[in-house]
Amino acid sequence: MHDTTLTALAAGLAAGEFSSRELTQALLARIERLDGELNSFITLTAEQALDAADQADAARAAGNAGPLTGVPLALKDLFCTEGVRTSAGSKMLDTFVAPYDATVVEKLKAAGTVSLGKTNMDEFAMGSSNENSFYGAVHNPWHRNAVPGGSSGGSAAAVAAGLVPAAMGTDTGGSIRQPAAFCGITGLKPTYGRVSRYGIIAYASSLDQAGPMARTAEDCARLLTAIAGHDLRDSTSVARGVPDYTQELDAPLAGLRIGLPREYFGEGLDPAVERAVREAIGVFETLGATLREVSLPHTHYAIPAYYVIAPAEASSNLARYDGVRFGHRCDAPADLTDLYKRSRAEGFGEEVKRRILMGTHTLSEGFFDAYYKKAQQVRRLIRQDFLDAFDEVDVLMGPTSPTPAFDLGAKKDPVSMYLQDIYTIAINLAGIPGISVPAGFVGGCPAEGRPAEGRPVGLQILGTHFAEARLLNVAHQFQQATDWHLRRPAIAEETL
Amino acid sequence: MALEHADVLRAAHLARLGLDDDEAAHYLDDLGHILTMVDQLQSLDTEGVAPLAHPLETTQRLRADEVTESDQRERFQRCAPAVEQGLYLVPRVVE
Repeated sequence: MHDTTLTALAAGLAAGEFSSRELTQALLARIERLDGELNSFITLTAEQALDAADQADAARAAGNAGPLTGVPLALKDLFCTEGVRTSAGSKMLDTFVAPYDATVVEKLKAAGTVSLGKTNMDEFAMGSSNENSFYGAVHNPWHRNAVPGGSSGGSAAAVAAGLVPAAMGTDTGGSIRQPAAFCGITGLKPTYGRVSRYGIIAYASSLDQAGPMARTAEDCARLLTAIAGHDLRDSTSVARGVPDYTQELDAPLAGLRIGLPREYFGEGLDPAVERAVREAIGVFETLGATLREVSLPHTHYAIPAYYVIAPAEASSNLARYDGVRFGHRCDAPADLTDLYKRSRAEGFGEEVKRRILMGTHTLSEGFFDAYYKKAQQVRRLIRQDFLDAFDEVDVLMGPTSPTPAFDLGAKKDPVSMYLQDIYTIAINLAGIPGISVPAGFVGGCPAEGRPAEGRPVGLQILGTHFAEARLLNVAHQFQQATDWHLRRPAIAEETL
Repeated sequence: MALEHADVLRAAHLARLGLDDDEAAHYLDDLGHILTMVDQLQSLDTEGVAPLAHPLETTQRLRADEVTESDQRERFQRCAPAVEQGLYLVPRVVE
């Protein structure tokens, strides 16, 4: 039951092959038994899950089931969930029980889905390895000594290991796509404004976006249909109709114009990753697509621009953690300033402090124009690169990450970690959608007795603003022609 | 633009983030590397390029000036570290 797609589970529930309670119990048992090895969950909500499963079964019995009724999933611990601890992976929010549901959570509940719990993540979504969590690192299901990617590392690992068929993630600079690539699953970052950010703990507000992580593009399409849409409580959410994203999945790709950004195949790209990605792209030619090289000339400036804009927004967003209204509070403060300073010093981890300091510095008097204004100007140039490219081609393709999953503890200095996001970060600056799909493996691991496969590689597919249906169609057609997305790590094959 | 120890302490104070001298020295090093990376931006000519604050450049929506929130003080104060009679408790500010 665990080793299948959300789409297949939804069909099984609809056909009465098993109940949502049976499915929920089976997955909860797997998590209890196996997650000790992965640490992909921060909080398991077994009781609430079984209640929700019973409600879903009752709705189905009454003839009120929708396409996702009774389907289990997990939520990155950045989504506020009423009555459940919502930690953002931080000591600051270790005891924070959210008083309301994020819009995404509200919509998933209304669709009848069953959340099994909250997944591990880099603190406040700041990281590319999930090593910045107050609750400890997450281990990659393919190789325990490798990172799962970040910041939605727990969501990716849980899906890859067959603990849940799908999980929600968020993506500010690659935090859905990169862990999806590292764990061999499918992850979609929608267009900025497509999914409401209400109730998602803010990191960088002009970049943050939530999206689905699952086995297949088809599963992602079902979930995006459920969570997308305008929300009056998020002033940046876009008033635009939500299609049924499963409708265009089967459209043929003949005539599809694919652009290969030359800057995404240059220096720093692991040659084995490049081979896998080029081979995957070759599959599209057999499906009738045409390839052409394009240029995104400002690619090189995306990471520098991001590391001004994102920390600046973060330093402002995280000012709310003051030890007064919610979150960690230090003992016996001498005065109000001491209360602020010590509560924040004790509650935040190292990377979060680094970004708060960075953002505060670049926004401070005398530095603002040289850094923040400059970065915003560069941001416009980066977005224009994509708009120009999409005048010529329908989608862009390249690697999601320059390397496969690296080992835990391998990236010690912040800049080398930041450079991991070279192919994902510009997408958030431009606000366009992107999806990562499994596209092969590199290296082997004979020491662990799994010689064949090695570490997963992700193919990233990009489209212009609001082109999610096209991306899902392209990804789905690839998954009809290949079976990389069906490969499983050993842990996913374990039965209880 | 070289970063100095005093810049780190100033940012920490502005951010109300407790930081001792040793920690400031550690962050000085890190932030120095990050700023060196960020300084690549300076090599790009952006004369006349309008800053982009938001990827979709939408305008803020307006709505009627009506109360739409209900009073949920008790509920929201349940997650506060210290409250009394509906008030948030902080150290004495005025002597």
